[in-house]
Amino acid sequence: MENEILRTENLKAYYGNQEILKGITISFPQNRVTAVMGPSGCGKTTFIRCLNRMHELSPNARVEGKVFLHGEDIYAIDPMLVRRKIGMVFQRPNPFPTMSIYDNVIAGYKLNGIKLPKNEMDRIVEESLKKAALWDEVKNHLHKLGTFLSGGQQQRLCIARALAMNPDVLLLDEPTSALDPIATSRIEELMIELKKTVTVILVTHNIAQAGRVSDYAAFLYLGELVEFGPTRTMFTTPKDRRTEEFLTGKFG
Amino acid sequence: MPKVRSEKSRIIKDKIFKIVIFLLATITIIPLFLILYYIVQKGLKVVSPEFLLSLPKPPGEEGGGILNALIGTGIIISLASIISIPPGIAAGIYMAERKESKLSALARLCVEVLQSIPSIVVGIVAYIWIVMPMQSFSALSGGIALGIIMFPVVVRTTEETMKFIPGTLKEAALALGVPYYKAILKVVLPASLSGILTGVLIGIARIAGETAPLLFTAFGSPHLELNLFKPMSALSLFIFNYATSPYVEWHELAWGASFILVSMVLVINIIARVIAKRWKTRF
Amino acid sequence: MKTRGVAQSNLIFNAVILIGAAGVIILLLAIFLTLLVHSIPSLKAFGISFFFGKEWDPVNMKFGALPFLIGTLITSLLALLISIPISMSISILLGEYLKEGMFSSLLRNLTELLAGIPSVIYGFWGLFVLVPIVREFEALIGIPPVGVGIFTASLILAIMIIPYSSSLGREVIELVPSDIKEAAYSLGATRYEVIRYVILPYARSGIFAGILLSLGRALGETMAVTMLIGNSNKIPESIFSPGNTMASVIANEFTEATEKLHLSSLVEIGLFLLIITTIIGLIGRYIIKRISLKETEHA
Ligand SMILES: Nc1ncnc2c1ncn2[C@@H]1O[C@H](COP(=O)(O)OP(=O)(O)OP(=O)(O)O)[C@@H](O)[C@H]1O
Ligand SMILES: [Mg+2]
Repeated sequence: MENEILRTENLKAYYGNQEILKGITISFPQNRVTAVMGPSGCGKTTFIRCLNRMHELSPNARVEGKVFLHGEDIYAIDPMLVRRKIGMVFQRPNPFPTMSIYDNVIAGYKLNGIKLPKNEMDRIVEESLKKAALWDEVKNHLHKLGTFLSGGQQQRLCIARALAMNPDVLLLDEPTSALDPIATSRIEELMIELKKTVTVILVTHNIAQAGRVSDYAAFLYLGELVEFGPTRTMFTTPKDRRTEEFLTGKFG
Repeated sequence: MPKVRSEKSRIIKDKIFKIVIFLLATITIIPLFLILYYIVQKGLKVVSPEFLLSLPKPPGEEGGGILNALIGTGIIISLASIISIPPGIAAGIYMAERKESKLSALARLCVEVLQSIPSIVVGIVAYIWIVMPMQSFSALSGGIALGIIMFPVVVRTTEETMKFIPGTLKEAALALGVPYYKAILKVVLPASLSGILTGVLIGIARIAGETAPLLFTAFGSPHLELNLFKPMSALSLFIFNYATSPYVEWHELAWGASFILVSMVLVINIIARVIAKRWKTRF
Repeated sequence: MKTRGVAQSNLIFNAVILIGAAGVIILLLAIFLTLLVHSIPSLKAFGISFFFGKEWDPVNMKFGALPFLIGTLITSLLALLISIPISMSISILLGEYLKEGMFSSLLRNLTELLAGIPSVIYGFWGLFVLVPIVREFEALIGIPPVGVGIFTASLILAIMIIPYSSSLGREVIELVPSDIKEAAYSLGATRYEVIRYVILPYARSGIFAGILLSLGRALGETMAVTMLIGNSNKIPESIFSPGNTMASVIANEFTEATEKLHLSSLVEIGLFLLIITTIIGLIGRYIIKRISLKETEHA
């Protein structure tokens, strides 16, 4: 049995009166890539935004149920601390447009008012960029604006920015859907590499991508967790008819 | 629908119409060139370093300058900016952040109305608020009058600029555990800076030439006045007072002041355009 | 970590931006109420007859605003009459004939430049260039050659609103969907026919809104008018008579108004001017907003 790092219990999410997530109970294994799949609108984004308490920022949004990180209920801790432990990367690359590459990576510290000596910052920037497989490409122009990079590089910069905070979990919401195939495969390789140091939760539309990078897979349908298990098992012998239909391209 | 006409008359009509349109449009160029010609030709005759650095002389004496008016305009514009920019940005942030709220909708309507208030009416209000209780015309009251005119411009450009900043930028900051106020102030606001700056400059260009609201607030003064609680000159007031005087020497000073004022407005507008183009934040 | 400090800072930040937004509303209310309160003496003394009184005589404390209402109306309408053909031509030219090119960008930049010149300089220029011309014209048609007056003020006002109204007009014309135009062209219509029978009818309400907004501008315009209108408090007899507009009488007399009733009457004129321009501006912008909303729905 794997080590558990993150667990939800009967997690429900609402927009106004509309119940988007209808009680999800799941346990994410440590240092693995878990893919969250499902047809458009089934609540994948909503689900991972509940995991780092971003969901509650939307107007009229509400969460019920529990989420435990290392056995501690994150809804009982300050949300800002939770978000530093659980990093997030978005669908479209979104580096801070007024900051250099260097400042983008260290932004989590600077914006949080955490003062570090210069050499410590340099170390974090280098290490994070290396982890994000971007170091070699940008080490000679760290003080250029982050927005001058290509889309794929920008997305890796955003990953570096999240990694700099040294999170336990990294949430990725369709991180390659705005990228070309080459940039996509680089990010996919990166995710496999990353699981040595963090737990990766990947939302993806792309079934093949889930097959390539994930160890575990969860299938969400209409706000419910239909099936969860090792990716290979799920892909070869899905237990639920809906999962099978999804995997064979009947919908989504 | 038009009656059936012969092809020829249709085409002639089309030609005539085109000529008329071009002619009428070209007519505009005449007064414009005349105005520019006068300002440049008459203005350049008087403008010199000495003109900028000396005070006006009494009628009958040659020479003299616009130092008092130049400094007055600088002071009054600064006052107006200090008064209008911070609250304007605050209001703009609110309206961009809480787009759907009733307060934002109402504020949007009020901004529109504020922008269409005749400037002379703003002068009356500043007179009642400041000049009456203090029993004296003052640079302060002039700055407040111009600040009221500039305020809605700042609010509007802040809101419009911030609306175009992708929401995920704020989210990216929040996802790093950054508090909301810092995400806005340190990520969203800097990304909007060039847009807001452009708006502020357009606002300044607009108030730099305002005269009506200064007539009974800053009022004007022939001296070099630095006290904010005393009447103070400004380029626009200077032009008005000297242009409507009966002295030829004063008219020349007024042409010089006009040249300086128009150049100032032009330069500010150009800078605003350059900023809008060059410093535009890329996403 | 200092969670409480953060919560407090968020609270303060939210309060500050809330106050900013509320400030917009409060400012407008305060302006309106200030004018209203200071109009009370005049409102009490004259009531509604203030607007029908033909005499404005500060010495004898008689304040009737009719001369200024008439003066404002004539000056603004005359200015619109002069400027509309020209600004419509510019709009059509820039919106239909010459969307790009040297002449188009020259015209565009020139009108923008014209828009940036302060009103007081228009007045100054008018005094020294327009007034002598009008004087000669007046001599030619055999009326006393004064030079200043309603006609001169309207001329300068017309020049001043051309940049504004032509840019509004261009915006409205550009809103006409191109498929409608192309349909007309494909039926063999000439450009004139397309403009006359397709574009103008389609843009009609937008053009109307543009005229309204220009009127709003003209009504409140002060300095140039004050310098050229001749400043008479009598009801003008012809378009060449001297007169005063609401804005120009305020500019002229406000600093000299020592009597409370005089001041209050001027404030009441200001209040009336504010209300009129606000209503006109809101209607104009409402129409334009409705059109552009319709267009975005189309697209
Ligand atoms: N801000 C919001 N307000 C109200 N409803 C929302 C909001 N955001 C999302 N929803 C609704 O919540 C449901 C789930 O949305 P969510 O974005 O989580 O889906 P998703 O699985 O991520 O879809 P996609 O694959 O398209 O990204 C959808 O039905 C959507 O309409
Ligand atoms: Mg999604």
